[in-house]
Amino acid sequence: MSIASTNVVIPGLVPGTQPSASAGASGTMDPGHEARDDNAEGSARRSSLFAAHDLSIAFGGIKAVDGVTFDVKEGEIFAIVGPNGAGKSTIFNLISRIYEPTGGRLIFAGEDITRVPPHTIARRGIARTFQNIELFEHATVLDNLLIGRHCRARPNVLAELLFTPRVRREELRHREAVEEIIDFLDLANYRDQRISGLSYGVRKVVELARALCAEPKLLLLDEPASGLNTEETEEVAYWIEDIKNDLGVTVIMIEHDMSLVSAVCDRVLALNNGRTLALGSPQEVQSNPAVIEAYLGSDGE
Amino acid sequence: MRILFKTSYLDDIRLFRHGGTRFWYGVLIACLVAAPAALGEFYLGELAQIFILAVAGVGLMLLIGYTGLASLGHGAFMAIGAYTDTYLVTQGVPFPIAFIAAGIVAMAAGIAIALPANRMTGIYLAIATLAFSQIVEQVVVRWESVTRGFQGMPVPPPEILGHALSRPWEFYYLCLAILVLVVLGAINLTRSPTGRAMVAIRDSEISAQSLGVNLVRTKTIAFALSAGITGLAGALLGHKLKFISPDAFNIILSIQLLLMVVVGGLGSIHGAVYGAIFVGGLPQAIALMRDHLPGAIARTPGLEPGLFGLVMILIVLFEPLGIYGRWLKIKAYFEYFPLYRKATFKRQRSYLKTERVR
Repeated sequence: MSIASTNVVIPGLVPGTQPSASAGASGTMDPGHEARDDNAEGSARRSSLFAAHDLSIAFGGIKAVDGVTFDVKEGEIFAIVGPNGAGKSTIFNLISRIYEPTGGRLIFAGEDITRVPPHTIARRGIARTFQNIELFEHATVLDNLLIGRHCRARPNVLAELLFTPRVRREELRHREAVEEIIDFLDLANYRDQRISGLSYGVRKVVELARALCAEPKLLLLDEPASGLNTEETEEVAYWIEDIKNDLGVTVIMIEHDMSLVSAVCDRVLALNNGRTLALGSPQEVQSNPAVIEAYLGSDGE
Repeated sequence: MRILFKTSYLDDIRLFRHGGTRFWYGVLIACLVAAPAALGEFYLGELAQIFILAVAGVGLMLLIGYTGLASLGHGAFMAIGAYTDTYLVTQGVPFPIAFIAAGIVAMAAGIAIALPANRMTGIYLAIATLAFSQIVEQVVVRWESVTRGFQGMPVPPPEILGHALSRPWEFYYLCLAILVLVVLGAINLTRSPTGRAMVAIRDSEISAQSLGVNLVRTKTIAFALSAGITGLAGALLGHKLKFISPDAFNIILSIQLLLMVVVGGLGSIHGAVYGAIFVGGLPQAIALMRDHLPGAIARTPGLEPGLFGLVMILIVLFEPLGIYGRWLKIKAYFEYFPLYRKATFKRQRSYLKTERVR
């Protein structure tokens, strides 16, 4: 299937300038992914995939996140916006269980994940990228993506030392899954290159690819467009749409670029000083007086 | 320039990537197997010594080069291996069982130190492992009923199926076989999920964890395997020395092992072997050279350690990637000739790094 058939309308971005990459990539998707396509349609009867109830964390006296509640529906693209220090990345770190919340609950796919060990998060279906790119610098792109498959592997050290046929079979299976993502994000040219030799833009895509290799249900993107030029940002917009439509992945992203947010996101959560300012469609949030005040300051100043 | 046409995903998993490597490794193994026919006792002994160091180097490389956990106490694991093996052999346990037990006991010690060490990184971990090696040294000195303290213990030659491997070439083959097995195991590990998880921990703990790597488990495995392999090397070293005492496994040995992996090239199995050749072979090479030097220089005391230190400084200064890194550059130069660019291997300073989150 091609991108045209999904009826993606991306306002604010130049129409008709489809990056060849995503068009070519979606043509190569296998039937397995298309089967999950129906997630994207029928947004009215979608159930909640992820929810945060009254989420809070305090570092000493500073309440970085203070009673934030939101839920993300299956197949939705959800954005978190806010000025610097609003607590956006902290929320991501809470979801991936790097931080221990001081209050509140996290629900994913009907399960309470507030206290589960951090390394089980990926296996449950939550993958993420980082604000400042946390790739494995001294490994190749391929190795990075294979590590992305780690949560789908059942490593047995003894069998690995002997490299038994089972281990070999598993390796090939993971490699096939990785190659699918490489096709999807058009990374074939970089497959054998080391991360340390790649440009910033490519690294961003590799990190996205690595997260997708974990076969997530929910993808957390921490500023996917930061440091990218206009063209690359457009490409990211198409990819996020593709990820939602072709792979059926729900996305939560932190983003400062409001044109990207209003182009791809269904709903937006605006934060300031760890508290919710507004929650709603991109237009609603952008016209909310509290949000405008947080960004631009009040009239009195 | 060689262009590889990959036709299967297996091409990236294979032990030998193409016919050339298979040929050259075949030649190398053939030469090593034939060596006892051509070399004298002294050289066989030296080669066996290098093999033993290489085994320990591979063990340490898994920990430092792959998992990124520093250890200044790996001599202690060698001591544990050597004493376990010797004690069991003198108690009448057959060598193969004693040898494996030496690895297992060292592995258990590795797990024991991994438990507290999982909370530490960098210089703190180095200090903790250093302290551990001091503890082990004291235990060896004081636990006289087993180790005979400073008196030391004579080590009988290893015996396999009732046959004592007392001749140098027999012991040489034993060391060679163990080295080959250990290297194969290490290569297998590095091309499997656990090996990749180790590399992930080395490069970014936080993203490794968010991709589902169990940090505690993987670090403990790294420590266990590293200690176990080093323990096997220790058992071999005991048989090589024929007499073990606490001062054979002091801090100098730990530092030598560390030098080996750094000089050889961190993050590659090749590096561990090159490092062993360097650390094990260079002092002998210098000693041989001494015979051909003019008298005044040849009689200078401290020539060997001096030259050894000088070469070491030069390598660390001009080739931070170690001997293996230099070899990769030389290989790339000829492979891409005349298109080789010096900048290919230039290290980039990275300014972007997520601030510590824990």
